[in-house]
Amino acid sequence: MSFGDFLMQNLEQFWHLTGFYNATWQHFVMLGVGLFFIWLAIKKDFEPMLLVPIGFGMLIGNIPFNTEAGLEIGIYEEGSVLNILYNGVSAGWYPPLIFLGIGAMTDFSALIANPKLMLIGAAAQFGIFGAYMVALLLGFAPDQAGAIAIIGGADGPTAIFLSSKLAPNLMGAIAVSAYSYMALVPVIQPPLMRLFTTKKERLIKMKPARAVSQNEKIIFPIVGLLLTCFVVPSGIPLLGMLFFGNLLRECGVTTRLAKTASNALTDIVTILLGMTVGASTQASEFLTAQTIGIFALGFMAFIIASSSGVLFVKLFNIFLPKAKKINPLIGNAGVSAVPMSARISNNLGLEYDPSNYLLMHAMGPNVSGVIGSAVAAGVLLGFLA
Amino acid sequence: MKKKITFLFVALAAITLTASAQSRKSLRINEVMVENATSVVDDYGYRNGWVELFNSNFAPLEISSIYITDDPSNPTKYPVPLGDVNTRIPKRQHILFWADGEPERGTFHMNFRLKPGQDNYIAIYDADGKTLIDEVTIPAALLADQTYARRVDGEGEGADAWHVRTGEGNLYITPSSNNIIKDGNVKVAMFSREDRNGFAMTIMAMGIVFSALLLLSICFYIISKIGERVSKVNKVKSQGQTMREVPRDEHPDNDSGEVIAAIVMALHEHLDTHDRENTVLTINKVKRAYSPWSSKIYSMRELPHR
Repeated sequence: MSFGDFLMQNLEQFWHLTGFYNATWQHFVMLGVGLFFIWLAIKKDFEPMLLVPIGFGMLIGNIPFNTEAGLEIGIYEEGSVLNILYNGVSAGWYPPLIFLGIGAMTDFSALIANPKLMLIGAAAQFGIFGAYMVALLLGFAPDQAGAIAIIGGADGPTAIFLSSKLAPNLMGAIAVSAYSYMALVPVIQPPLMRLFTTKKERLIKMKPARAVSQNEKIIFPIVGLLLTCFVVPSGIPLLGMLFFGNLLRECGVTTRLAKTASNALTDIVTILLGMTVGASTQASEFLTAQTIGIFALGFMAFIIASSSGVLFVKLFNIFLPKAKKINPLIGNAGVSAVPMSARISNNLGLEYDPSNYLLMHAMGPNVSGVIGSAVAAGVLLGFLA
Repeated sequence: MKKKITFLFVALAAITLTASAQSRKSLRINEVMVENATSVVDDYGYRNGWVELFNSNFAPLEISSIYITDDPSNPTKYPVPLGDVNTRIPKRQHILFWADGEPERGTFHMNFRLKPGQDNYIAIYDADGKTLIDEVTIPAALLADQTYARRVDGEGEGADAWHVRTGEGNLYITPSSNNIIKDGNVKVAMFSREDRNGFAMTIMAMGIVFSALLLLSICFYIISKIGERVSKVNKVKSQGQTMREVPRDEHPDNDSGEVIAAIVMALHEHLDTHDRENTVLTINKVKRAYSPWSSKIYSMRELPHR
């Protein structure tokens, strides 16, 4: 072999390994989606903490390469670095760690002061099961339908946790769909809230919540864990970590642990979770008709969840005395996009009455939505896993 | 201090012992062949009777140092040797021991043979040689190449949980494999068949979600009432009275967060003081030994802000 042939042969081999040689139009579509997510996060400020890692993860996961070369670089290739990081998603241990952080940063006072608001969080879970029924109609198997429907809970970690158990092949699409709709809460929810409420209802002023003692705040995570997990033991990974994080926060003697759980740990896991979820959306796995179905179902689930929360408050108000009526604008907060959906309630309330601050009232259903969606995930896991 | 250490030690010991006992108890005798005429051969190419054990737990189980016996009066007849990595059974998996009376052939060859034409007692004991984990008596009527197996892997107690497998029809002989071969998720198949529109799932699941949160809500309603009562009593006490001395309609209400915040703000403004809070700024001069070698000014620029 001449020196020139040797050079040409090796350069040709190298060319076959490059992204340019292995690229397909699907790769470019996914790279475009990744760039769109990054643009949404940076320019439009839509959930940047999530969309930047997911968007960049999409870029990482969709750089074309020769999958038959055995270079151990793809996220689905066993032993690759990305595969090791992806284990937290596929084995489902990132979501409980995120829940630990959520517990450590969430103040459940609004819920403790007004426990009946918990039921709004339960009502919003209708979104999950409405989408479940439609998914079955579209021909998805029950386990796949359950994994897709959980998007309606508006809880990214819960969606990832459940889909990793029930339908691992759909997890990328489900996770991206869940986070996309959570980012679009300010766009999706207000029109629905206006549609289902009258001007009079939007002006309802709720009594300020009473002050909650530290003892009550300490009892809450303990009793909450015992009660919910005795009913749904399959919710232990999520609920256990959520309430544990909250106890760290409220007990007053583990401030350092609570700070770590709510700051450093959550940040680390969010980076890894977002990036690996993004990278898991490889064009070959992601760009299918099923994915479009999942996005459509997720959108529908989100609409049903938001609407059912608002409608449930209206129903609830029928049975409440005039002085204790609830403003239905906090019903949308039953989906667990914390605290975004509570902020939407507050902003809309202020739009109609500049002195009507609904934020703390909306935080009640908002955090109960987190508990509710974790319970719903536990129920689906118990029935279908 | 000593008491605390003793208590901690006892608690840890109790947890460790309980955990160990629980895990070993998940081991089950799952399928037994007494006479092997034409069935599977071992690594040496011989046909012998075998005993299949099943880890019914959802965690791996290390079984070295347990005992397997065919003699009720000698529970420690065959100790499973230490130091073999293959004695770790993965979750819900099986392991096969050959009853060939040739223990020198390796870990999975026991020092006894099963006897065709008579009842064969088989038991497994924990490492202490006293704690019985599982036992079964194989009926004498079992023919060659037939096995006595659990109907469902690792489940059930007593003779009803067992049946004879002939190798015909669905009664496969399944050494080192599940006795019941599942083609898919049984629960999913059931929901596909019985609940095609998802209505039953919706009713059940929403019922459970509502019940769980309603339970929590009721519980906290009660706790909040107790809390309110306690704070009222404390408030009245702080004014040097008892609840009985205060007329019912004058009982102090709970102050809302806003009221408390307003009072605190007023006190703060009036007294120019504050309680211990972590948002108070304290301006002190901080002395740091400066060295250009550790300075990041020259190597990093400030992170951009919008």
